[in-house]
Amino acid sequence: MTRASLPLRIAAVGGLAFLHIPLLFILLYAFTTEEKSYAFPPPGFTLKWFGVVWGRADIWAAVGLSLKVATIATVLALVLGTLAAGALARTRFFGREPISLLFVLPIALPGIVTGIALRQAFGLMEIPFSFWTIVLGHATFCIVVVYNNAVARLRRLSPSLIEASMDLGADAFQTFRLIVLPNIGTALLAGGMLAFALSFDEVIVTTFTAGQQSTLPIWMLSELIRPRQRPVTNVVAVLIIIVTFLPILAAYYLTREGEAVAGSGK
Amino acid sequence: MHVHTLSAATPAVRFAGVTRHFGAVRAVDGVDLAIAPGEFFAMLGPSGSGKTTCLRLIAGFEQPDAGHIEIFGEAVEGLPPYRRPVNTVFQDYALFPHLSVGDNVAYGLKVRGIGRAERDRLAREALALVKLSGMEARRPAQLSGGQRQRVALARALVVRPKVLLLDEPLGALDLKLREEMQSELKSLQRALGLSFVFVTHDQSEALSMADRVAVFNEGRIVQVGPPEDVYERPATRFVAGFVGSANVLGAAQAAALGGEEVPSSLRPEKIILLGHGLAEPAEAARLEARVVEVSYQGAVRRVALLTPAGLSLTALVPASAPGAMVGGTVQLAIPRGALQPMEGER
Amino acid sequence: MSLATFDLPAPRDGALRRLSDRLVRRARLLTLVLLVPPLLWLGLIYLGSLFVFLGQSIFSIDEFSGTIVREPTITTLLELFRPANYDIVLRTVGISAVVTVLCVVIAFPVAYYAARYAGPRAKAAFYLAVMMPLWSSYLVKVYGWKLLLAKEGAIGWFAGRLGLGGALEAWLALPVVGGPSLSVSYTGMVLVFTYLWLPFMILPVQAALERVPKSLIEAAGDLGASPATLFRTVILPLAMPGVVAGAIFTFSLTLGDYIVPQIIGTSALVLGQAVYMQQGTAGNIPLAAAFSLVPILVMALFLTLAKRTGAFDAL
Repeated sequence: MTRASLPLRIAAVGGLAFLHIPLLFILLYAFTTEEKSYAFPPPGFTLKWFGVVWGRADIWAAVGLSLKVATIATVLALVLGTLAAGALARTRFFGREPISLLFVLPIALPGIVTGIALRQAFGLMEIPFSFWTIVLGHATFCIVVVYNNAVARLRRLSPSLIEASMDLGADAFQTFRLIVLPNIGTALLAGGMLAFALSFDEVIVTTFTAGQQSTLPIWMLSELIRPRQRPVTNVVAVLIIIVTFLPILAAYYLTREGEAVAGSGK
Repeated sequence: MHVHTLSAATPAVRFAGVTRHFGAVRAVDGVDLAIAPGEFFAMLGPSGSGKTTCLRLIAGFEQPDAGHIEIFGEAVEGLPPYRRPVNTVFQDYALFPHLSVGDNVAYGLKVRGIGRAERDRLAREALALVKLSGMEARRPAQLSGGQRQRVALARALVVRPKVLLLDEPLGALDLKLREEMQSELKSLQRALGLSFVFVTHDQSEALSMADRVAVFNEGRIVQVGPPEDVYERPATRFVAGFVGSANVLGAAQAAALGGEEVPSSLRPEKIILLGHGLAEPAEAARLEARVVEVSYQGAVRRVALLTPAGLSLTALVPASAPGAMVGGTVQLAIPRGALQPMEGER
Repeated sequence: MSLATFDLPAPRDGALRRLSDRLVRRARLLTLVLLVPPLLWLGLIYLGSLFVFLGQSIFSIDEFSGTIVREPTITTLLELFRPANYDIVLRTVGISAVVTVLCVVIAFPVAYYAARYAGPRAKAAFYLAVMMPLWSSYLVKVYGWKLLLAKEGAIGWFAGRLGLGGALEAWLALPVVGGPSLSVSYTGMVLVFTYLWLPFMILPVQAALERVPKSLIEAAGDLGASPATLFRTVILPLAMPGVVAGAIFTFSLTLGDYIVPQIIGTSALVLGQAVYMQQGTAGNIPLAAAFSLVPILVMALFLTLAKRTGAFDAL
């Protein structure tokens, strides 16, 4: 293998650096003593703002709401996404393509269109905006993440495993529980983690489907538009990075390991 | 011949006019067949001939579009695989990758609600039967191809099927292992007294293992019978060509060589090259031919011949016999009875 | 060599097992049963509400009472072509195009390096290094740029230290791309969009490049092609499906976004903001729906063209 030329290496490393430098700055600003502006370099460093955030009930309430919404939306997405994947992974029928397109639609369309459409639908059905309208909005676009992961794994699952299970006396439900579920488990877990991260971070659809509730991204957005508590926002930003970082890293290793296991049978 | 002494009245598997299409393709086209209890039955044919679909129809993975299927006298149309007293050894073995070898074998017992201790005991017994004792804790991925095959066999046998279905079970094994498994499968089948239905595209495998062979072509059974019958008396040109190799003669050519005036087959090893001290059989047609080509194949030599009448023949002669010279002329003897009229071509 | 012969107990024959009989016998029924719950939500509620919302683009608004007149008309759709509104459409499509081009330029070397030169370990590290920012919080990433782009922020400070302060001033003094500071200029907005969607370009381009056989590149080299010719005639055409696939993301995501322009950008509106304003403060749902149709139609056109290049295989 030849080595890459110097300009190519610089461009590649530069591209990756571009992706990571803003995140490093967020980390840096969480410790700044500056309160009124985004002055660089920070005049001094302090841990004080972590303590302040720790004591802020409104932030904890937003975190709690976001976690609750993400958990329930993920569970809903897991059920609906797995069902959809089971129906479409290995079948061919008229109308299959439009249906699989439909599952992708909520992330393919601009979030604002999905948000307004759902807002109007809730209005028409006279459903008051609440915790549950946020959850339904999030589940709508989380389904596709679970669906994609589950479909990919189901397609790698040899169909003769399911036949073998039924051949040995297991009915459809036993086969699902004892054979299919254990084999797609890590893919579902990975899909669920990504769905969780997606929901935890979502702001656009939430803007339209939330009533008076404030999820963490909604709180963050209001701070972005009208900065009032810069140091607190700096710390919250770091916390959000950490909370989304962990499930994504876990999802990555889960799908990688799954591939290794599935591949070793060949 | 225990096959005939067992109650021939109720076959282990019976097909009557069974048809299965996939779209416009008739994968199985009006198949009738009866497999006796305790019989080792081979379904032989090229890929796409319908043999695997027939096996899947017995297992219940496919349902017939027309016709009737019985297993030990009971109609099974519409019954799902898990309600049929048959089990399958899959071509790719289909071992459950997330379960240990022991749990793979015990799977059929577990779904029947048999307790842990009892099913472990039965699984150990089944693994001992296929000479894999002590492998219970391994994962399928840690086994060799031959071992996986044995696990698949134990997993199917442990639930006491009335008929065992084997889908090209030896296809993925190397030659030496395949020969070993052939004799082992055969003795296992004798010991258990089960019906084995065995799908293969390898004619030598079918001939060496089966009590009876059904030859499939284009969704139909073209001939069924004991291996000797199928080999010695192929019913059609297809069988003559697919099961071993054969010289196929037209009606007039057969008559000219002393046979019936019916398209006939002539196995290459039946042709005798005279001279060199070989005894000429008492009743035989004699003719002269030119040697076109000779190829050495280890135990035998394959000799391509052309008669003055323009008939091309292939003969197999012992390699130890003095070789015919390419371009030379030889005298042939074709014993009476070597020419087999093909019943399906009458 | 034998197995004890005995009859195994028959499995319990409950209601579930009988239900399973029906589902196994009729595979179509199973597919249908599985599809019903997701389709009830996505097909009925979601798709239904989309149609209801977008369908209102054929209604109009009564200018005096501010209520929706439920009579089919094309006046609302024609309003999109009024100069002020048409500008919004053109501006947004223009920004999306610039962002897409920038993404291609920055993504290509990263993807090319990862596809052709990185070993398995480096490849995994590259993948993670692209995935992590992709999945990081959108708002936090925007916030990070707000820190960087602020007048008193890091970019200004570094520019000053490197003696480029004058250059930055000059750039900001330019028409169109300039502004009072980076955080209220098109330059800043495009930079943030490029940053946000870059991973969506790197991944498909890399996937497309991975499929270019090494032998093909070597063969072209053996035939005496210079690196530039090689790139233009072999690599770029083969990478094109990946570029188009990435462009689907970068283009559509920019087209529909209204948060970035609200936080970092000029006072001139983009499509997303127009939709937001029309449904919110202006209360003109028909016009909001008409504006919403624009990104959908543009993307439909884009996808139709993209399908011809085989971009969907690179997704």
